[in-house]
Amino acid sequence: MTIETTDVAVIGSGFGGAIPGYRCASAGARVVILERGPRLSSQELGQDLAVGTYTTAIDAIVGDGITVLAGNCVGGSSVAYYAASLRAPSFVFQRQGGLGRRLWPAALSRATLDPWYDRVEASLPVVQQSWSEVSYAGGLFAAACAQAGRTCNPVPVAVDLATCVNCNWMLSGCQFDAKRSLLLNYLPAAEAHGAQVRPLHEVQTISPAATPGYRYRLSVLVFDGSGGTTPVDTVCLEAKVVVLAAGAVGTPVILQRSIWTLGDMPAAVGRHFSGNGDRVSIAVMNEDRIRDVLGLSRAPGIAYDALPLGKAITTMCFDRLDSSLPEFERFSLQQIYFPPMTNILASAPGWWGLAKKRMRGRWRSWLTLLAMTEDDNEGIFGVPPLVGSFTRLGPALGIGSMRYRPSPSTRRGWAAADAELRIIMERNGLSTVTPWHEEPGGVVTAHPLGSCRLGDDPATSALDHRHELRGYPGLFVTDGAAVPTALCVNPSLTIAALADRASSFILERLVFSGVQVNQSLSMPLQ
Amino acid sequence: MDRRAVIRAALISLATLPLSTVTSTDATDAGTATTLEAFADTLIPGAKRFPGDAAVAGVAGPPGGADVGYLDLLRHPLVGMGPLLPGVSAALNVAAAWYATTHLILLPISVPSFVGLAHPHRTAVVDDLLHGPDRLVWVLMAMLASAAFDSAAHRHTADAVLNGHPGMTFTRFPLPGPDGLWRYTDYSYGRKLADTHPRTTVTGNPS
Repeated sequence: MTIETTDVAVIGSGFGGAIPGYRCASAGARVVILERGPRLSSQELGQDLAVGTYTTAIDAIVGDGITVLAGNCVGGSSVAYYAASLRAPSFVFQRQGGLGRRLWPAALSRATLDPWYDRVEASLPVVQQSWSEVSYAGGLFAAACAQAGRTCNPVPVAVDLATCVNCNWMLSGCQFDAKRSLLLNYLPAAEAHGAQVRPLHEVQTISPAATPGYRYRLSVLVFDGSGGTTPVDTVCLEAKVVVLAAGAVGTPVILQRSIWTLGDMPAAVGRHFSGNGDRVSIAVMNEDRIRDVLGLSRAPGIAYDALPLGKAITTMCFDRLDSSLPEFERFSLQQIYFPPMTNILASAPGWWGLAKKRMRGRWRSWLTLLAMTEDDNEGIFGVPPLVGSFTRLGPALGIGSMRYRPSPSTRRGWAAADAELRIIMERNGLSTVTPWHEEPGGVVTAHPLGSCRLGDDPATSALDHRHELRGYPGLFVTDGAAVPTALCVNPSLTIAALADRASSFILERLVFSGVQVNQSLSMPLQ
Repeated sequence: MDRRAVIRAALISLATLPLSTVTSTDATDAGTATTLEAFADTLIPGAKRFPGDAAVAGVAGPPGGADVGYLDLLRHPLVGMGPLLPGVSAALNVAAAWYATTHLILLPISVPSFVGLAHPHRTAVVDDLLHGPDRLVWVLMAMLASAAFDSAAHRHTADAVLNGHPGMTFTRFPLPGPDGLWRYTDYSYGRKLADTHPRTTVTGNPS
């Protein structure tokens, strides 16, 4: 077993890890970024749904009542995400949830986060789509919103629109390097400043360091990338500062397991887990009504018939992001595409059998819609597995220790979103809309949050507003686990902005630890 | 051992009895395959593939779960379920035999118990399993049936759709271009179709 040292050890290479990794490396610190998954080029995954392709980069982690889709490769979820890049509405930062008091730290608001949003938008970069870049599915949703008296916006995306070929294979990375994943900005910039990115390195525990001047030791299992679960090596890495960004499913498990080596953890570690209030529905469209009611046509005799064509996310409705509405009744509605291996979740209303097969026969006339609501952070993590953040069953599939039982408040939000979708999508016989069935996987989300969250109240938050774990100076959490509540929009940009903001506190801690760093605000494009 | 356990043990023997009557040298595989095809056909019903096709109930038109490479996916080296399939099949047949006993249904001895049930009874058995203590196993088996039908997960997608994979042909998954890649130049109605929210910020965000 080797023992190495570094100034900063970063656990995870998604938004929460890559951005502090870059900021610390560009400031002059020695940085090692440990990633449990493989390093894959943008071409490596291909446009392919075969086992062994995208399944090497993403995992479905099945818990009790919730299934989480999470990245498992260098770049984390940015490799598989749909690049919708939105700022959380102002009211989110004032949320009180079921506790009845402010959940976000007083230091954080939309106004205080806006400068950090500006920076990450410029660095990825994020652009606005014109109506001519909106897919047929997005246009159909916009037209349905308009005929119901609603507004609808093109969605800002981290995509080079000039390069994009609208192939709709974003889950498999991007064959054409149009999607601005972290493989194209923060990670290469971090490496240019000397950061080491080590794939197939899975951190198991954090313990006190033995080397004078270093604070924490990471115990790491190294894998060979064959998909096997037997490690080929063990490494110990000691660091002055640790940035924990293993994702909202990975981060709390590492901390729970580290109770044996570090000592007691804040009570909020592994609690207050949120699925971002995500709720997916399928509208099975009536092609004749699209033509007659909405006046849409994409070819002679064809009104829509275009679910798989174009970018995955192109439009959304902001109307219910209204701060005057009661908490749990505010949400966004977004047009989205899911590849056909998720068809099992569609409800006809049952998820299998004759009626479901008939529903499959109209697949190209489906319109998939994502409501991002306000849930109640009701998820908790149970006993951690002996190794890893979940128990792997096979390619892209594992059993996690999290449990999620939607509270009445969360259900109320979903009911409000369902009702609004019916008003928009079923008006004038346009479609029949049904939420994904909960029986196969419970709540399904690609937006896990909150399992080690920020806050001012030590009883309900694990991190102070600087992202430092309470009682553990120099141990920062900067991924989705830190986000205190559901965001009502896709979380990646907020995670990125928070991680960029946290990087300044990480640099301060490095200075306090005796590391000479340049604390200026660097950006990867500079 | 209580009376229920004795009955279940007897049913296990009964359920495997048809397998021993098959004369093929690959008898276990044949019974396992037929049972699992019947399971996939219950989830995604299709048409009988040939006269006397016992696995497929034949309550819908083609294609069905038995037509799309479900067994190939289960036996895929990365999925690695091959060695487990006889056990899964036996569990399905035990459940079917138990169901038949409790519903006074006489099963044929020429086919595995689950295959011997009519479609509505197969549906009831599968529904029970999906709500029983081993539901995770059966949900996983159902997920793989869906993956075989909807995404041909055992094959490269371009190869599957270009060669007429029945499930992806049924859903009309688009064909790739001549170089085997998907690109769309025709993807948008190309015009404004709704007013944007009045409080949208200059960066296109909610306020």
